[in-house]
Amino acid sequence: MIVAEQKPLAEIAGMIGDCRKVLFAGCAGCVTVCLSGGEKETEVMATALRMKRQLEGNPLETVTYTATRQCDPEYVDAMADVVKGVDAVVSLACGVGPQYLAARYPDLWVIPAQNTTFAGGSKEHGVWEEFCGLCGQCVLHLTGGICPVIRCSKSILNGPCGGSQYGKCEIGKDVECAWHLIYERLKRLDRLDLMRQYREPKDWSKARDGGPRKVTREDVMIG
Amino acid sequence: MEEFEPKIVAFCCHFCAYSAADLAGSMRLQYAPNIRIVEMPCSGTIDHRVLLKALEDGADGVFVAGCMEGDCHFLKGNYRAKRRVSHVKDLLRAIGLEPERLEMYNLSAAMGPRFAEIANEMTARVKGLGPSPFRKQTGGDA
Repeated sequence: MIVAEQKPLAEIAGMIGDCRKVLFAGCAGCVTVCLSGGEKETEVMATALRMKRQLEGNPLETVTYTATRQCDPEYVDAMADVVKGVDAVVSLACGVGPQYLAARYPDLWVIPAQNTTFAGGSKEHGVWEEFCGLCGQCVLHLTGGICPVIRCSKSILNGPCGGSQYGKCEIGKDVECAWHLIYERLKRLDRLDLMRQYREPKDWSKARDGGPRKVTREDVMIG
Repeated sequence: MEEFEPKIVAFCCHFCAYSAADLAGSMRLQYAPNIRIVEMPCSGTIDHRVLLKALEDGADGVFVAGCMEGDCHFLKGNYRAKRRVSHVKDLLRAIGLEPERLEMYNLSAAMGPRFAEIANEMTARVKGLGPSPFRKQTGGDA
Protein backbone atom coordinates (compact mmCIF):
# COMPACT_ATOMS: atom_id res chain seq x y z
CA MET A 1 0.00 0.00 0.00
CA ILE A 2 0.92 3.66 -0.25
CA VAL A 3 1.77 4.89 3.24
CA ALA A 4 1.10 8.51 4.11
CA GLU A 5 1.39 10.63 7.24
CA GLN A 6 -0.87 13.54 8.07
CA LYS A 7 0.65 16.98 7.97
CA PRO A 8 0.59 18.82 11.33
CA LEU A 9 -2.85 20.24 12.12
CA ALA A 10 -1.45 23.78 12.36
CA GLU A 11 -0.05 23.52 8.83
CA ILE A 12 -3.42 22.46 7.40
CA ALA A 13 -5.18 25.14 9.45
CA GLY A 14 -2.85 27.70 7.89
CA MET A 15 -3.70 26.52 4.37
CA ILE A 16 -7.44 26.95 4.93
CA GLY A 17 -7.19 30.10 7.06
CA ASP A 18 -9.24 32.25 4.68
CA CYS A 19 -11.88 29.59 3.87
CA ARG A 20 -15.39 29.59 5.33
CA LYS A 21 -16.56 26.20 4.11
CA VAL A 22 -14.25 23.29 3.45
CA LEU A 23 -14.74 19.73 2.22
CA PHE A 24 -12.56 17.13 3.93
CA ALA A 25 -12.22 14.28 1.46
CA GLY A 26 -11.01 10.92 2.74
CA CYS A 27 -10.07 7.91 0.66
CA ALA A 28 -11.11 4.33 1.37
CA GLY A 29 -7.98 2.95 -0.31
CA CYS A 30 -4.42 2.74 1.03
CA VAL A 31 -4.71 5.66 3.45
CA THR A 32 -7.60 3.93 5.20
CA VAL A 33 -5.43 0.84 5.68
CA CYS A 34 -2.52 2.90 7.03
CA LEU A 35 -4.97 4.74 9.29
CA SER A 36 -4.17 8.25 8.10
CA GLY A 37 -6.92 9.28 5.69
CA GLY A 38 -9.96 7.03 5.99
CA GLU A 39 -13.46 7.91 7.13
CA LYS A 40 -12.50 8.08 10.79
CA GLU A 41 -9.37 10.17 10.31
CA THR A 42 -11.30 12.51 8.01
CA GLU A 43 -13.95 13.13 10.66
CA VAL A 44 -11.36 13.62 13.40
CA MET A 45 -9.46 16.18 11.30
CA ALA A 46 -12.63 18.06 10.31
CA THR A 47 -13.85 18.17 13.93
CA ALA A 48 -10.47 19.28 15.30
CA LEU A 49 -10.13 22.08 12.74
CA ARG A 50 -13.75 23.14 13.21
CA MET A 51 -13.11 23.37 16.98
CA LYS A 52 -9.87 25.28 16.44
CA ARG A 53 -11.60 27.85 14.26
CA GLN A 54 -14.48 28.16 16.73
CA LEU A 55 -11.96 28.92 19.48
CA GLU A 56 -10.35 31.55 17.28
CA GLY A 57 -13.70 33.23 16.69
CA ASN A 58 -13.59 32.45 12.98
CA PRO A 59 -16.07 29.58 12.53
CA LEU A 60 -15.47 26.99 9.84
CA GLU A 61 -18.19 24.97 8.17
CA THR A 62 -17.07 21.48 7.28
CA VAL A 63 -18.34 18.75 5.00
CA THR A 64 -16.86 15.26 5.07
CA TYR A 65 -16.90 12.60 2.39
CA THR A 66 -14.87 9.46 1.87
CA ALA A 67 -14.40 8.31 -1.72
CA THR A 68 -13.99 4.65 -2.53
CA ARG A 69 -10.72 5.69 -4.19
CA GLN A 70 -9.49 9.13 -5.15
CA CYS A 71 -7.21 7.62 -7.81
CA ASP A 72 -10.03 6.48 -10.11
CA PRO A 73 -11.96 9.00 -12.25
CA GLU A 74 -15.34 7.34 -11.61
CA TYR A 75 -15.12 7.90 -7.85
CA VAL A 76 -13.83 11.46 -8.28
CA ASP A 77 -16.70 12.15 -10.70
CA ALA A 78 -19.10 10.99 -7.99
CA MET A 79 -17.93 13.88 -5.79
CA ALA A 80 -19.49 16.52 -8.06
CA ASP A 81 -22.29 17.27 -5.60
CA VAL A 82 -20.19 17.46 -2.44
CA VAL A 83 -17.62 19.86 -3.91
CA LYS A 84 -20.35 22.38 -4.75
CA GLY A 85 -20.23 25.56 -2.69
CA VAL A 86 -17.01 24.85 -0.81
CA ASP A 87 -14.09 27.29 -0.73
CA ALA A 88 -11.55 24.47 -0.73
CA VAL A 89 -11.19 20.74 -0.48
CA VAL A 90 -8.67 19.16 1.87
CA SER A 91 -7.76 15.76 0.46
CA LEU A 92 -6.68 13.08 2.90
CA ALA A 93 -5.70 10.76 0.04
CA CYS A 94 -2.10 10.13 -0.99
CA GLY A 95 -0.55 12.59 -3.43
CA VAL A 96 -2.61 11.13 -6.26
CA GLY A 97 -5.96 12.23 -4.81
CA PRO A 98 -5.42 16.02 -4.74
CA GLN A 99 -4.17 15.85 -8.34
CA TYR A 100 -7.20 13.92 -9.55
CA LEU A 101 -9.48 16.38 -7.77
CA ALA A 102 -7.62 19.37 -9.20
CA ALA A 103 -7.81 17.93 -12.73
CA ARG A 104 -11.50 16.98 -12.51
CA TYR A 105 -12.61 20.23 -10.83
CA PRO A 106 -10.43 22.98 -12.36
CA ASP A 107 -12.04 25.79 -10.35
CA LEU A 108 -11.61 24.05 -7.02
CA TRP A 109 -8.84 24.97 -4.57
CA VAL A 110 -7.29 21.67 -3.50
CA ILE A 111 -5.14 21.20 -0.41
CA PRO A 112 -3.11 18.08 0.51
CA ALA A 113 -3.54 16.90 4.11
CA GLN A 114 -0.90 14.21 3.80
CA ASN A 115 2.79 13.82 3.26
CA THR A 116 2.85 10.73 1.05
CA THR A 117 5.76 8.72 2.30
CA PHE A 118 6.39 5.33 0.71
CA ALA A 119 5.13 2.03 -0.70
CA GLY A 120 5.26 -0.44 2.12
CA GLY A 121 3.42 -2.63 4.55
CA SER A 122 2.59 -2.92 8.21
CA LYS A 123 5.04 -4.61 10.61
CA GLU A 124 2.53 -4.53 13.46
CA HIS A 125 -0.56 -2.48 14.23
CA GLY A 126 0.55 1.14 14.04
CA VAL A 127 3.96 0.50 12.47
CA TRP A 128 4.62 0.69 8.72
CA GLU A 129 7.84 0.14 6.82
CA GLU A 130 9.04 0.83 3.32
CA PHE A 131 9.38 -2.26 1.13
CA CYS A 132 9.24 -1.30 -2.53
CA GLY A 133 11.33 1.25 -4.42
CA LEU A 134 8.94 1.29 -7.41
CA CYS A 135 11.98 0.86 -9.68
CA GLY A 136 10.02 -0.64 -12.58
CA GLN A 137 12.27 -3.69 -12.98
CA CYS A 138 11.91 -6.07 -10.06
CA VAL A 139 14.95 -8.07 -8.93
CA LEU A 140 13.43 -9.87 -5.94
CA HIS A 141 13.90 -13.28 -7.61
CA LEU A 142 17.65 -12.67 -7.54
CA THR A 143 17.86 -11.36 -4.00
CA GLY A 144 15.91 -13.86 -1.92
CA GLY A 145 12.78 -11.74 -1.77
CA ILE A 146 14.55 -8.76 -0.18
CA CYS A 147 14.65 -5.52 -2.16
CA PRO A 148 18.12 -3.98 -2.34
CA VAL A 149 16.78 -0.90 -4.11
CA ILE A 150 14.80 0.32 -1.14
CA ARG A 151 15.89 -1.73 1.86
CA CYS A 152 19.60 -1.05 1.33
CA SER A 153 20.19 2.53 2.48
CA LYS A 154 22.47 3.10 -0.50
CA SER A 155 20.38 1.08 -2.98
CA ILE A 156 23.46 -0.98 -3.79
CA LEU A 157 22.69 -3.76 -6.26
CA ASN A 158 25.77 -5.96 -6.12
CA GLY A 159 26.55 -6.70 -2.50
CA PRO A 160 27.07 -5.03 0.86
CA CYS A 161 28.99 -1.78 1.14
CA GLY A 162 31.26 -2.72 4.03
CA GLY A 163 29.63 -0.32 6.43
CA SER A 164 27.40 -2.88 8.11
CA GLN A 165 28.13 -4.43 11.48
CA TYR A 166 26.48 -7.47 13.03
CA GLY A 167 23.78 -7.37 10.37
CA LYS A 168 22.89 -3.73 10.98
CA CYS A 169 23.31 -0.83 8.59
CA GLU A 170 25.79 1.91 9.41
CA ILE A 171 23.05 4.56 9.29
CA GLY A 172 21.45 3.24 12.49
CA LYS A 173 21.36 0.21 14.74
CA ASP A 174 17.65 -0.29 14.09
CA VAL A 175 18.12 -0.61 10.33
CA GLU A 176 18.79 -4.08 8.98
CA CYS A 177 21.55 -4.42 6.39
CA ALA A 178 19.59 -5.56 3.33
CA TRP A 179 22.59 -7.36 1.88
CA HIS A 180 23.16 -9.22 5.13
CA LEU A 181 19.53 -10.36 4.95
CA ILE A 182 19.93 -11.28 1.28
CA TYR A 183 23.08 -13.31 2.01
CA GLU A 184 21.49 -15.15 4.94
CA ARG A 185 18.36 -15.95 2.96
CA LEU A 186 20.19 -17.15 -0.16
CA LYS A 187 22.46 -19.26 2.05
CA ARG A 188 19.42 -20.84 3.68
CA LEU A 189 17.96 -21.56 0.23
CA ASP A 190 21.35 -22.87 -0.96
CA ARG A 191 21.31 -20.29 -3.75
CA LEU A 192 24.47 -18.31 -2.97
CA ASP A 193 25.44 -18.89 -6.59
CA LEU A 194 23.05 -16.02 -7.42
CA MET A 195 25.42 -13.62 -5.65
CA ARG A 196 28.33 -14.72 -7.83
CA GLN A 197 26.58 -14.19 -11.15
CA TYR A 198 27.60 -11.30 -13.35
CA ARG A 199 24.77 -8.85 -13.98
CA GLU A 200 24.28 -6.09 -16.51
CA PRO A 201 23.73 -2.62 -15.03
CA LYS A 202 20.12 -2.04 -14.03
CA ASP A 203 17.98 -0.15 -16.53
CA TRP A 204 17.07 2.90 -14.49
CA SER A 205 15.09 4.38 -17.39
CA LYS A 206 12.25 2.13 -16.21
CA ALA A 207 12.39 3.85 -12.82
CA ARG A 208 11.54 7.49 -12.12
CA ASP A 209 14.76 8.55 -13.87
CA GLY A 210 13.01 8.01 -17.19
CA GLY A 211 10.39 10.67 -16.42
CA PRO A 212 6.74 10.19 -15.41
CA ARG A 213 5.66 6.62 -16.13
CA LYS A 214 2.52 5.24 -17.69
CA VAL A 215 1.14 1.71 -17.92
CA THR A 216 -1.23 0.86 -20.77
CA ARG A 217 -3.23 -2.39 -20.98
CA GLU A 218 -5.16 -2.49 -24.22
CA ASP A 219 -6.75 -5.85 -23.36
CA VAL A 220 -8.69 -4.32 -20.46
CA MET A 221 -9.65 -1.07 -22.14
CA ILE A 222 -13.34 -0.42 -22.68
CA GLY A 223 -14.73 1.13 -25.86
CA MET B 1 -23.17 35.55 40.08
CA GLU B 2 -24.23 31.90 40.08
CA GLU B 3 -21.37 29.45 40.68
CA PHE B 4 -20.19 27.58 37.62
CA GLU B 5 -21.38 23.97 37.69
CA PRO B 6 -19.50 21.97 35.06
CA LYS B 7 -21.01 19.23 32.94
CA ILE B 8 -18.69 16.27 32.83
CA VAL B 9 -19.21 13.24 30.62
CA ALA B 10 -17.78 10.00 32.01
CA PHE B 11 -17.30 7.09 29.63
CA CYS B 12 -17.29 4.16 32.05
CA CYS B 13 -16.39 0.54 31.37
CA HIS B 14 -19.22 -1.85 32.30
CA PHE B 15 -16.82 -4.17 34.14
CA CYS B 16 -15.23 -1.65 36.47
CA ALA B 17 -16.05 2.07 36.64
CA TYR B 18 -19.75 1.64 35.88
CA SER B 19 -20.04 -0.98 38.61
CA ALA B 20 -17.91 1.19 40.90
CA ALA B 21 -20.36 4.07 40.34
CA ASP B 22 -23.18 1.66 41.19
CA LEU B 23 -21.34 0.64 44.35
CA ALA B 24 -20.77 4.28 45.28
CA GLY B 25 -24.54 4.71 45.06
CA SER B 26 -25.25 1.58 47.13
CA MET B 27 -22.78 2.83 49.73
CA ARG B 28 -24.70 6.12 49.85
CA LEU B 29 -21.49 8.02 49.07
CA GLN B 30 -21.90 11.69 48.31
CA TYR B 31 -20.08 13.00 45.25
CA ALA B 32 -20.35 15.92 42.84
CA PRO B 33 -23.56 15.69 40.80
CA ASN B 34 -21.81 17.03 37.70
CA ILE B 35 -21.01 13.64 36.20
CA ARG B 36 -23.04 12.20 33.31
CA ILE B 37 -22.19 8.53 32.96
CA VAL B 38 -22.13 6.71 29.61
CA GLU B 39 -21.79 2.94 30.00
CA MET B 40 -19.31 1.30 27.64
CA PRO B 41 -18.78 -2.43 27.04
CA CYS B 42 -15.04 -1.74 27.54
CA SER B 43 -13.00 1.46 27.80
CA GLY B 44 -11.16 0.17 24.69
CA THR B 45 -14.27 0.85 22.60
CA ILE B 46 -13.81 4.60 23.03
CA ASP B 47 -13.26 6.45 19.77
CA HIS B 48 -11.34 9.67 19.10
CA ARG B 49 -14.43 11.08 17.39
CA VAL B 50 -16.68 10.52 20.41
CA LEU B 51 -14.28 12.29 22.78
CA LEU B 52 -13.92 15.28 20.44
CA LYS B 53 -17.66 15.41 19.79
CA ALA B 54 -18.49 15.47 23.50
CA LEU B 55 -16.17 18.45 23.96
CA GLU B 56 -17.38 20.19 20.80
CA ASP B 57 -20.98 19.76 21.93
CA GLY B 58 -20.26 21.63 25.12
CA ALA B 59 -19.08 19.21 27.81
CA ASP B 60 -16.80 21.12 30.19
CA GLY B 61 -14.84 17.98 30.93
CA VAL B 62 -14.68 14.38 29.75
CA PHE B 63 -13.11 11.33 31.31
CA VAL B 64 -12.73 7.71 30.35
CA ALA B 65 -12.63 5.20 33.19
CA GLY B 66 -11.36 1.68 32.56
CA CYS B 67 -10.16 -1.29 34.55
CA MET B 68 -6.89 -1.30 36.49
CA GLU B 69 -3.92 -1.81 34.20
CA GLY B 70 -3.41 -5.53 33.65
CA ASP B 71 -7.00 -6.31 34.69
CA CYS B 72 -8.99 -5.45 31.54
CA HIS B 73 -11.85 -7.89 30.98
CA PHE B 74 -10.84 -7.90 27.30
CA LEU B 75 -7.12 -8.00 28.16
CA LYS B 76 -5.84 -4.80 26.51
CA GLY B 77 -8.83 -2.47 26.05
CA ASN B 78 -7.77 -0.09 28.81
CA TYR B 79 -4.27 0.30 27.34
CA ARG B 80 -5.84 1.18 24.00
CA ALA B 81 -8.15 3.70 25.67
CA LYS B 82 -5.14 5.25 27.42
CA ARG B 83 -3.32 5.76 24.11
CA ARG B 84 -6.40 7.24 22.44
CA VAL B 85 -7.03 9.64 25.31
CA SER B 86 -3.39 10.68 25.14
CA HIS B 87 -3.66 11.28 21.38
CA VAL B 88 -6.85 13.34 21.73
CA LYS B 89 -5.12 15.39 24.46
CA ASP B 90 -2.40 16.17 21.89
CA LEU B 91 -5.10 17.22 19.43
CA LEU B 92 -6.69 19.49 22.05
CA ARG B 93 -3.31 21.07 22.70
CA ALA B 94 -2.91 21.64 18.93
CA ILE B 95 -6.28 23.37 18.59
CA GLY B 96 -5.86 25.49 21.71
CA LEU B 97 -8.26 23.82 24.19
CA GLU B 98 -6.95 22.83 27.64
CA PRO B 99 -5.98 19.11 27.48
CA GLU B 100 -6.77 18.92 31.22
CA ARG B 101 -10.45 18.85 30.28
CA LEU B 102 -9.89 15.24 29.26
CA GLU B 103 -8.55 12.46 31.49
CA MET B 104 -8.16 8.71 31.74
CA TYR B 105 -8.71 6.90 35.04
CA ASN B 106 -8.30 3.28 36.10
CA LEU B 107 -10.26 1.63 38.87
CA SER B 108 -11.92 -1.66 39.74
CA ALA B 109 -15.58 -2.54 40.32
CA ALA B 110 -14.85 -2.73 44.06
CA MET B 111 -13.64 0.87 44.23
CA GLY B 112 -16.87 2.78 44.90
CA PRO B 113 -15.13 5.35 47.13
CA ARG B 114 -12.48 5.87 44.45
CA PHE B 115 -15.21 6.59 41.89
CA ALA B 116 -16.65 9.27 44.17
CA GLU B 117 -13.13 10.66 44.63
CA ILE B 118 -12.56 10.78 40.84
CA ALA B 119 -15.92 12.52 40.32
CA ASN B 120 -14.97 15.15 42.90
CA GLU B 121 -11.41 15.46 41.61
CA MET B 122 -12.49 15.98 38.00
CA THR B 123 -15.24 18.41 39.01
CA ALA B 124 -12.78 20.50 41.04
CA ARG B 125 -10.29 20.47 38.17
CA VAL B 126 -12.85 21.59 35.59
CA LYS B 127 -14.23 24.24 37.95
CA GLY B 128 -10.68 25.58 38.11
CA LEU B 129 -10.48 25.69 34.31
CA GLY B 130 -13.82 27.47 34.00
CA PRO B 131 -16.63 26.88 31.52
CA SER B 132 -15.76 25.30 28.17
CA PRO B 133 -15.65 27.81 25.31
CA PHE B 134 -17.94 25.38 23.49
CA ARG B 135 -20.55 25.45 26.23
CA LYS B 136 -23.98 26.08 24.82
CA GLN B 137 -25.35 29.46 25.81
CA THR B 138 -28.91 28.17 26.08
CA GLY B 139 -30.53 25.04 27.43
CA GLY B 140 -31.02 23.50 30.84
CA ASP B 141 -28.76 21.25 32.82
CA ALA B 142 -29.23 18.13 30.69
